[in-house]
Amino acid sequence: MDSIISVSNLSKTYASGFQALRNVDLDIRRGEIFALLGPNGAGKTTLISIICGIVNPSSGNVLADGHDIISDYRAARSKIGLVLQELTTDVFETVRDTMSFSRGLFGKPPDPAHIEKVMTDLSLLDKADTKIQALSGGMKRRVLIAKALAHEPKILFLDEPTAGVDVELRRDMWEMVRGLRENGVTIILTTHYIEEAELIADRIGIINKGEIILVEEKEALMQKLGKRQLTLYLQNPIASIPAGLNGFDLELSGDGSELVYTFDVHGEETGIAPLLKLLNEHGIDYRDIHSSESSLEEIFVSLVTEKR
Amino acid sequence: MNFYAIRSIYIFELARTWRTLMQSIASPILSTSLYFVVFGAAIGSRVGDIEGISYGAFIVPGLVMLTIMSESISNASFGIYLPKFTGTIYEVLSAPVSYIEVILGYVGAAATKSVILGALILATARLFVPYHVLHPFWMAGFLLLTAVSFCLFGFIIGIWADSFQKLQMVPLMIITPLTFLGGSFYSIHMLPPFWQKVALLNPVVYLISGFRWSFYGVADVNVEVSLGMTLLFLAVCIAVVWRIFRTGYKLKS
Ligand SMILES: Nc1ncnc2c1ncn2[C@@H]1O[C@H](COP(=O)(O)OP(=O)(O)O)[C@@H](O)[C@H]1O
Ligand SMILES: [Mg+2]
Repeated sequence: MDSIISVSNLSKTYASGFQALRNVDLDIRRGEIFALLGPNGAGKTTLISIICGIVNPSSGNVLADGHDIISDYRAARSKIGLVLQELTTDVFETVRDTMSFSRGLFGKPPDPAHIEKVMTDLSLLDKADTKIQALSGGMKRRVLIAKALAHEPKILFLDEPTAGVDVELRRDMWEMVRGLRENGVTIILTTHYIEEAELIADRIGIINKGEIILVEEKEALMQKLGKRQLTLYLQNPIASIPAGLNGFDLELSGDGSELVYTFDVHGEETGIAPLLKLLNEHGIDYRDIHSSESSLEEIFVSLVTEKR
Repeated sequence: MNFYAIRSIYIFELARTWRTLMQSIASPILSTSLYFVVFGAAIGSRVGDIEGISYGAFIVPGLVMLTIMSESISNASFGIYLPKFTGTIYEVLSAPVSYIEVILGYVGAAATKSVILGALILATARLFVPYHVLHPFWMAGFLLLTAVSFCLFGFIIGIWADSFQKLQMVPLMIITPLTFLGGSFYSIHMLPPFWQKVALLNPVVYLISGFRWSFYGVADVNVEVSLGMTLLFLAVCIAVVWRIFRTGYKLKS
C-alpha cells in the first residue's frame, strides 16, 4: 500500500502527565480524503499537531511522504499544509501579504499568480488587499485555508474545518477539498460529526481516548454504524419476549417495561410496521415510542466493548 | 538554508515597524532630543568638560546606546511575543525552517531597525551638540554588535514572557537601571572608589565605554575589554537561544 503518512507507535504524554495518545498506528493513503472521527478530547488535534511539528512526540515516529518528521523535517514539512481549529490569524496584514508570508515561510519563491488562484478558489479575491482584522469569522477561516494552500502542499490537514462555519463556506470547502483531491492532494480532516465524515471521506478512522479504535472504508463503516433503535415504553411490564416475535432483533430493558428494537437503516424495510402489528396481536400495549440513531458516543462504547 | 523563509519573516517584521512608524521611530527620537536639549544644552553648559570633552558631546554615545538597548529589547521581544500571544506562531513552528533561520528573520529585522534608529538619533544629536567620531568603523561595529546582542536578548525575553507584564518587566526593572547606572551621563571615574568597583559589575558600562571610545578616544575601561564583554554577552544570548530551540522551551508542548 502506498501510504503518504505513516504513523507508528506514536504516544504523547503532556507535561501535566496527561497521556493524550497511546501507541497510535495509522497509515494515510496517497490521494485519499481521510476523516479522523472522535469526540472532544480524543486526541485528534494532538495527533495532527505532532505530525505538523507543533507538538513534540513522547515516543514513536511519523513519516510524511517517506521523510521522518524529525530527522528530515524540512522535506517532510514542506509537503504539508495545516489549518488549525482556532481562528488564529494575523491582524494588521492584508490577505495577500499574509499568504505571501506563508508561501515564503515554506521555502517557495514568490508566485503572485498562484496566490491569486487560491484566493479565487476561496472567493477571497475581492478581499485581497483588505486587512484581516476587517474580515468576518467565516472569511478569516477562508484566509487560514488560503495560507495553508499558498505553498502548494501535497498533504493538507484540516482540524475541525466546519466548527462554527456557515453553510455556504461548508459547501465551498467540500468543493475545494474534492478539487484538491482531483489534483492529487491528500486530505486529512478531523471532525466529531459522523455525517460530515460520511459526506466527504474515502476512509474513516475513529479515535477515542488517545487510541485509534478502527480504520475503515467509509461504506463499510456506514453499514456498521447505520443501526437505529426504536424503544417502546410498555403499558404493562412483561417477563419475556413472546416466541412469536423471534424474527425481530428485540431486547427487554427497564425491568421489562421497555422493549428495544434494533434495525438497519440501510435495509430494504425497517420492519417497524409488522412489529407493531404483531405486538398488537400479542396484546402488548405501549404508551410511547422513542426512536434514536446510534450516537457517536454509543458507537464508541459499543466499539470499545466489542474490542475488549 | 531556507532563504525565502528568512526573507518572509524579515519583510513581515519590517512592515510592522513601518506600520507603527510613530511609536517605533518618532518617539525614541523625540525623547532623545529632549535629553539633548535638557542635559546637553541647558544643564550641560553649566557642567564643566569631562576628560576634555564638553558635557553635551560626552553624553551623545551613552544616549544613543541607551536608546538602542531599550528599543532593541522591546522591539525584538514584542516581535516574537505577539505571534505567541495570538497563536500565529503555529505557522512558524510547522514550517520547514531551522531555528537559525527564524532568528535571522526576527532578530535581523529588529536589529536593522535599531541600527537605523541609532543612525537617526546620531543625526538628530548633531542638531544640538557638535561632536566628532574618531573611529567610525569601530563606532559602527559597536552599534551593530550592541543592536544584535540586545535584540537576541529581547527575543529570549519574548519567548520567556507569558504576559504583557513580564514582557515589560525586564526592560523596566533591569535594563533601565543598568543603563542609567552604566555611565551614560557621567564617567564612572567620577564615582567614589567603592562604587567604581561596583559599576564594573554592570555589563552596560563596558558597552557605553567602548562606544564612547570610538567617538573621542577616551574610555572608562580598556576598549579591548569592552569588545570582549560585548562579544561575551552576545555569546551568552546565542547559547540561551540555542537551548530554547533545541528543547522547544515555551514554544512546543
Ligand atoms: N498542552 C496540553 N497540556 C495538557 N493536556 C493537553 C494539552 N493539550 C491537550 N491536552 C489534553 O489532551 C487531550 C486531547 O486533546 P486534543 O488533542 O485537543 O483533543 P481533540 O482535538 O480530539 O478534541 C484533552 O484531554 C486535552 O485536555
Ligand atoms: Mg481538537
